[in-house]
Amino acid sequence: MTLSVRFSIDRNAFRLAVDLALPTTGITAIFGPSGSGKTTLLRAIAGLERIPDASIRFDDAIWQDSTQFVPVHERRIGYVFQEPSLFAHLSVAQNIAYGLQRTSTAERRIALEQAIDLLGIHHLLPRFSATLSGGEQQRVAIARTLAASPRLLLMDEPLSSLDQKRKLEILPYLESLHRELALPVLYVSHATDEVARLADSLVILRNGEILGHGPIQQMLTRLDLPLSHRSDAETLLNATVSTAKSQFGMMQVSTEGHDFWVTAENLAPGTDVRLRISALDVSLTLVHQGGTSIQNIFPVTVSELIAETEAQVMVKILLGDSPLLARVTRKSVEELGITPGKNLFAQIKGVAVLA
Amino acid sequence: MDFSADITAFFLTLKLALIATLILLLIGTPIAWWLAHTRWRYRFVVEAMIALPLVLPPTVLGFYLLLLLGASGPLAMLGGGTLAFTFTGLVIGSVIYSMPFVIQPLQDAFQAAGNRPLEVAATLGASPLDRFLTVALPLARPGFITAAVLGFAHTIGEFGVVLMIGGNIPGRTQVLSIAIYDHVESLDYASAHLLSGALVILSFVLLVTVYASNRRFRVLKL
Repeated sequence: MTLSVRFSIDRNAFRLAVDLALPTTGITAIFGPSGSGKTTLLRAIAGLERIPDASIRFDDAIWQDSTQFVPVHERRIGYVFQEPSLFAHLSVAQNIAYGLQRTSTAERRIALEQAIDLLGIHHLLPRFSATLSGGEQQRVAIARTLAASPRLLLMDEPLSSLDQKRKLEILPYLESLHRELALPVLYVSHATDEVARLADSLVILRNGEILGHGPIQQMLTRLDLPLSHRSDAETLLNATVSTAKSQFGMMQVSTEGHDFWVTAENLAPGTDVRLRISALDVSLTLVHQGGTSIQNIFPVTVSELIAETEAQVMVKILLGDSPLLARVTRKSVEELGITPGKNLFAQIKGVAVLA
Repeated sequence: MDFSADITAFFLTLKLALIATLILLLIGTPIAWWLAHTRWRYRFVVEAMIALPLVLPPTVLGFYLLLLLGASGPLAMLGGGTLAFTFTGLVIGSVIYSMPFVIQPLQDAFQAAGNRPLEVAATLGASPLDRFLTVALPLARPGFITAAVLGFAHTIGEFGVVLMIGGNIPGRTQVLSIAIYDHVESLDYASAHLLSGALVILSFVLLVTVYASNRRFRVLKL
């Protein structure tokens, strides 16, 4: 499945030029600072914004080209807005039923009950939106969208209007949504933590221009893209829980043929997890060090490096085929003779597990 | 005393206000909708035109309507016949006179609801008409109640326009406000009291009903 989008607009001080062909599997995050054109891109795909001379196709359906424009209500997209936007005159149950009633039986793939269960809102059904918290409202809004069985789900910073606590309350639902429904999602965000937890691939947008798009691991570690140079630059690794039970409150997960010791709750063996490793938590040594408190030490190969400041260098290393980032000093680079192709050991001090 | 003329005037007034309100809701809704959603830069010209009856003396409005609808007016020339001194003429006058009182609350209600609920409905598969009927209208319900009451009450209370284009023909164009004026002119204060009192009670009951039902609506929402 592919979503291809091509258009450009020039409005006063705002410019946005897009030429994208995205494989629509899993969650694709559209990532960029505020004002970079993320929402406009999403609205154009939805058909909420009618941009002249745009070309938008999803699978074999043409949504917009020079001769036609399929209106929003015929695109069968789901759209979750920043604010929950529930219909104030309808109860939660009626809100959720609204889209479902407008979906023909043949196109229903997500059952009403499933949408309600996924978002855990059974107890809210008879209530009206004014009595719900922001987090509850957004969960209802997501369930309402799902119940219409969209072919493509567009989410415009669905968590940004919520405080941290509510955010953490909704994130697990978004993750399960991803796992349980084979539904392509475009997720607009400027929050790295949401993107790291949810996204499979990334579109990086800045000042109305697409800097790059591809699998999230690649996008995070491409040294020619800004993400690898943020102060909180990080890498993600996909891993599988390998030990049956934990020791010392830690457990082993494996990736690229290596076992990582991680601090995590008991997870069943075989569970897929995502490891999040900050570039600051990776140090490089020429030999495998013994007698260190660091548990995770692996052989790696230097792929490329780039000086970020006079003192700092970002080094991209490969653990098997998986890229990792290590932020080290230029002094170390000189002294260790770090150059592309060199084999080293990476000491990984901190690993966060995103289950 | 013979009240039959007063009773006739009473029902004529109710009939006039009802018909005018219905017509106003029918033509006012699309106009208010358009005003609430258009991005046309000269929209304010239309808004000013609709608001004119708020500031014009009713006699001015009535005067022009008389010229327009009268025996030698453009309408009569086109073969429409004269509408002055007829009930139809009164309805036309009332509709124009009360228009801002219906359109403004509707426009406010549509604007207050905003575009977002309509966009949500569109993404959930609702066609434009469907969105209007199932989202825009119910969300604007308090605005409709206000518009209907204000339009109705304002039509009941009109005097100047009616006098100019309707005259004072019992059974055809004599409405309450004019009947009261007549009674006072002929020093029949008892009849004037009766009609005025009835009008006060009617208006009060009307407003109480509306405020009560509007409150229930809000309670329901909570």
